[in-house]
Amino acid sequence: MKARLAEARAVAAGVEDPEIPVLTIEDLGILRDVRLDGDTVEVVVTPTYSGCPAMNVIAWEIEAALHRAGFASVRVRSVLSPAWTTDWMSEDGKRKLRAYGIAPPDRSAPPACPQCGSRSTELISPFGSTSCKALHRCLSCREPFDAFKCH
Amino acid sequence: MATTSIALDESPRIRTLLTLADDALILGHRLSEWTGHAPTLEEELALANIALDLIGQARALYQATGIDEDALAYLRDPHQFRNALAVELPNGDFAFTIVRLFLVSAASDAFWRGAVGADDPDIAAIAGKAEKETAYHVRHAADWLVRLGDGTAESHRRAQSALDALWPYTGELTASADRPAWLHAVGPVLQRATLTPPADGWMQSGGRQGRHTEHLGHLLAEMQVLPRTYPGATW
Repeated sequence: MKARLAEARAVAAGVEDPEIPVLTIEDLGILRDVRLDGDTVEVVVTPTYSGCPAMNVIAWEIEAALHRAGFASVRVRSVLSPAWTTDWMSEDGKRKLRAYGIAPPDRSAPPACPQCGSRSTELISPFGSTSCKALHRCLSCREPFDAFKCH
Repeated sequence: MATTSIALDESPRIRTLLTLADDALILGHRLSEWTGHAPTLEEELALANIALDLIGQARALYQATGIDEDALAYLRDPHQFRNALAVELPNGDFAFTIVRLFLVSAASDAFWRGAVGADDPDIAAIAGKAEKETAYHVRHAADWLVRLGDGTAESHRRAQSALDALWPYTGELTASADRPAWLHAVGPVLQRATLTPPADGWMQSGGRQGRHTEHLGHLLAEMQVLPRTYPGATW
């Protein structure tokens, strides 16, 4: 029973974010709980933003991954409280984001350029390619880049 | 239209949830109309992102009623919507869109910050997310408002004219007890934007009671046509 729960947890934790595929949902900090309810695996997730369109896809992918791993009955439940914060992102997740070209959430603004590391950067728009990112520009290497918003 | 509207028996709690949800859904829909038409690519993304936040908030609020969220969005007639009149008015020009976004977001931002400690656990949970999102909405609208108001003679004229037109619709945005705080929040930004708020006078109302302008019916016709014509459609 314990091994089965650990396996279910590992499978759910490995599901990737469809919009930022270098991050797993565990890296992102949106996987809140995995538990067994009889034969059913219940996975509890929390959305990043209220309207994040990736949440439906993430729920389908959790179900599909668990089905593939032999768990026939899966339930994905979304809870709003406590509200997700970027403080829940793993250090490993932040490292992977930077390597992918996205500045990780960093409360000591302005964010460092993921290309050259310069702190001399400016905000172009607080709303980037997804709800969770803002668009910045590096004043040293001149590259524009996405930065994860602190939330 | 093939599908008939749902009948609702509104408890005070459902009325409250629908009031908040309908404000978010209708403003979100209006903002989504800018997709493909915004003045710059960055602004296009910003307005679409704000629309997404609002429609996401509306979904969570509809779900909290325990009634099917799609039925609430797609199978109600205009008189069953509880949104403020301000959010259903057509987008007008970019200045009108920004002035409205600012005035409405300033009210919802204050509301959600206060609702984080609400007795209703659903409203408190939704507020925990919404207050972070609306803070971005107000800041973005305020930035634009200052650029438009304190910009060229033409952008100033358009922003002032939008403010004059929208002011009589702001009475519905806050409970009367909260209006001084709202005026206190919007005042300094309007001043930086070199815009003059009209004096409070007679205010338009009726949205909360389901008495809407002609514009809501047109908006809903477009929003609802597919699910009403093809009930249960999936793709």
